[in-house]
Amino acid sequence: MRFSLSRTMSDLKVYGRSSLRSREGFFFTLVFPVILILLFGAIFSGGGVSQSTVYVQNNDTGPVGAAFVSALNSTSNYCSNGSSAGLCLRPVPMDVNFSQYLSSKSASDGIVIPANFSLAFESGQEVNVTVFGNPSSTTSAVVSGVVAEVVNGFNVRGAAGVHHVGIASRTAVSSNYKYIDFLVPGLIGFAALTSPMFAMVNMSSTYRRDKVFKLLSLTPLTKTEWLLSKIIWYVCTTVVSFILMTAVGVYVFGAHIALNWGIGIFLLLGPFFFVSLGMLVGTVSNTPEAASVVGNLVTFPMMFLSGTFFPVSSMPKYLQAVAHVLPLYYMIDGLNEVMIYGNFEAAYIDMALLLAISVVVFALAVKFFRWRED
Amino acid sequence: MPAIEVSGLKKKYGDIQAVDGTSFSVEEGEVFSLLGPNGAGKTTTIEILEGLRNKDSGTAKVLGLDPWASGYELHKRIGVIPQGFKFLDYPTPREAISYYGALFGKKVDPDELLRRVILDDASNVWFQNLSGGQKQKLGMALSLVNDPQVIFLDEPTTGLDPQARRAVWEVVRKLKDEGRTVMLTTHYLEEAEELADRVAIMKHGKIVAMGTTEEIESRFGSGQRMVVKGGDDLLKYLRENTRLRAEGGAGEVTIFLRDKADAMVALGAIEESGAAWEDLTVRRDSLEDVFLKLVGESEGIGEGGE
Ligand SMILES: Nc1ncnc2c1ncn2[C@@H]1O[C@H](COP(=O)(O)OP(=O)(O)OP(=O)(O)O)[C@@H](O)[C@H]1O
Ligand SMILES: [Mg+2]
Repeated sequence: MRFSLSRTMSDLKVYGRSSLRSREGFFFTLVFPVILILLFGAIFSGGGVSQSTVYVQNNDTGPVGAAFVSALNSTSNYCSNGSSAGLCLRPVPMDVNFSQYLSSKSASDGIVIPANFSLAFESGQEVNVTVFGNPSSTTSAVVSGVVAEVVNGFNVRGAAGVHHVGIASRTAVSSNYKYIDFLVPGLIGFAALTSPMFAMVNMSSTYRRDKVFKLLSLTPLTKTEWLLSKIIWYVCTTVVSFILMTAVGVYVFGAHIALNWGIGIFLLLGPFFFVSLGMLVGTVSNTPEAASVVGNLVTFPMMFLSGTFFPVSSMPKYLQAVAHVLPLYYMIDGLNEVMIYGNFEAAYIDMALLLAISVVVFALAVKFFRWRED
Repeated sequence: MPAIEVSGLKKKYGDIQAVDGTSFSVEEGEVFSLLGPNGAGKTTTIEILEGLRNKDSGTAKVLGLDPWASGYELHKRIGVIPQGFKFLDYPTPREAISYYGALFGKKVDPDELLRRVILDDASNVWFQNLSGGQKQKLGMALSLVNDPQVIFLDEPTTGLDPQARRAVWEVVRKLKDEGRTVMLTTHYLEEAEELADRVAIMKHGKIVAMGTTEEIESRFGSGQRMVVKGGDDLLKYLRENTRLRAEGGAGEVTIFLRDKADAMVALGAIEESGAAWEDLTVRRDSLEDVFLKLVGESEGIGEGGE
């Protein structure tokens, strides 16, 4: 094996210094992320994510549960007309873990009807409907109001004057999701995508044009070492972007962010993937112009549809389907899970997917990228 | 074992046969210069020897190694300046040399190397801000970092000022003194005459002449010529009154001499013509004359007088 860490580090030193000396490199690494978060944070500051969707899990197989759901529906089914004032009820299968399901949908509002609901109601026992909500959100207050109303109706219908059905409130996972909470992980993903992609696509074509790859191939530096040094560099810049954006998000806009090791994994995997992808994309085109066109074709859909600026769950269904084939989605989704919900189990899938595709793309990049010519 | 051995080497780009069956060998410690017009195939040949391009057929060996298959081994032992050398935009010459030193695992003194190529005055300037000649000098310095046995210099002095060119010559002479092998391409024929032990002239991918400059001059040159400053009247007189071949232009008349008797006839005729003349010289065909003749042939140039 020819691999040498010291050569990788020598290359890293030269590349890192060059990046900082170049105005674009400096701008995209340190200034741009801060501008982005200040801009988007300011535009949307204070605004909560408007979540009119309420998830309903009916665990009761009897008639009363069904009646309860239809009562809820009759008070508040606004799914079709798109009115922002109303609530849209979405059924959740019985067998899923409800609070996890909520967080996987980035939602905090939900209603759970217990399994013994019909039985208890008919036999006059006390039974509670659980309402999940976020105390500080207006939609949650609306949900509570609607549920209270329906419960009231049921209690009136039941044995006279006795309140058999109660409401148990639960706060959904984290306390207060604001737009900025989603913006921070989204923009970290954005930074992890854009600076390596643009740099690598550009580099792969200009280095070939200027014969710099040929020059490097005349030294003992290997392609793997060269690519690895770029990955390390962009991990560093992504970490710096992360620190800057998180600091601005937290101190300027009051974002709620959980710091943990899961974030570190994504800060490694993101640049690993995008440096490799940038190199791979760069190999398919010979001129810098063609390379940048191909690079943009790959980069732009990811830039906007992966949950960078807006949570994917707030996008129309068909765009959500598109998002799910974009690798950046998994980085941002994973970052959301660990940074906002502290939900590691959900993030493992994202990590595994990202790692697998990174390894594949890295291997392809090393294989297809030539620094000599036939 | 020769340092470089090439036989029947061929390389085609699409329809262009860039290298068309060339054969030559360069001994260890020799300075060998490849000459030829633009597009002759010099760079292609050199790049194949450096292991940067694959050949189509034929054999190429440098230090006994197949450059393409054993490139990684070979590159530790050769130094290269590519034609139109470019480097990363931001490192300074000093940083670039340290970087190369680290990659090759060699201890180098950047300042010593920079002095050697007369670049010590710009050792801390970003590469993108160096002048064309300074960039070229950095290329020279980088090619020497790994203490190479064979050095390939593809047009190392193109774009250099006369002083810098002489500095490069000095470096090449020193390399030769140290027993290293140098293969060099150039469009400056005096540079080849100055530095090369042997030269090869390439045209359309083929070597059309090879040997020491003297050998080439005497083999392909058309013998002696007399050059005298004078006008059209002199040229007219010579053409009308002698059987000598003469050409004129730019205030000069050139008379081609086949033997010593021609010289006497020419001198006599000049004297008899009564025309004004001065600065009479006799010289053999220079490398440049031969080069133009060989390279111009079959393209309709240089056949006018025959
Ligand atoms: N990568 C390439 N693809 C296609 N054709 C090429 C390529 N490189 C060189 N050629 C062609 O091959 C021929 C030989 O080119 P080469 O660069 O070897 O010439 P050269 O002798 O070095 O010329 P110069 O003195 O101008 O540097 C030219 O006709 C050139 O157009
Ligand atoms: Mg050339």
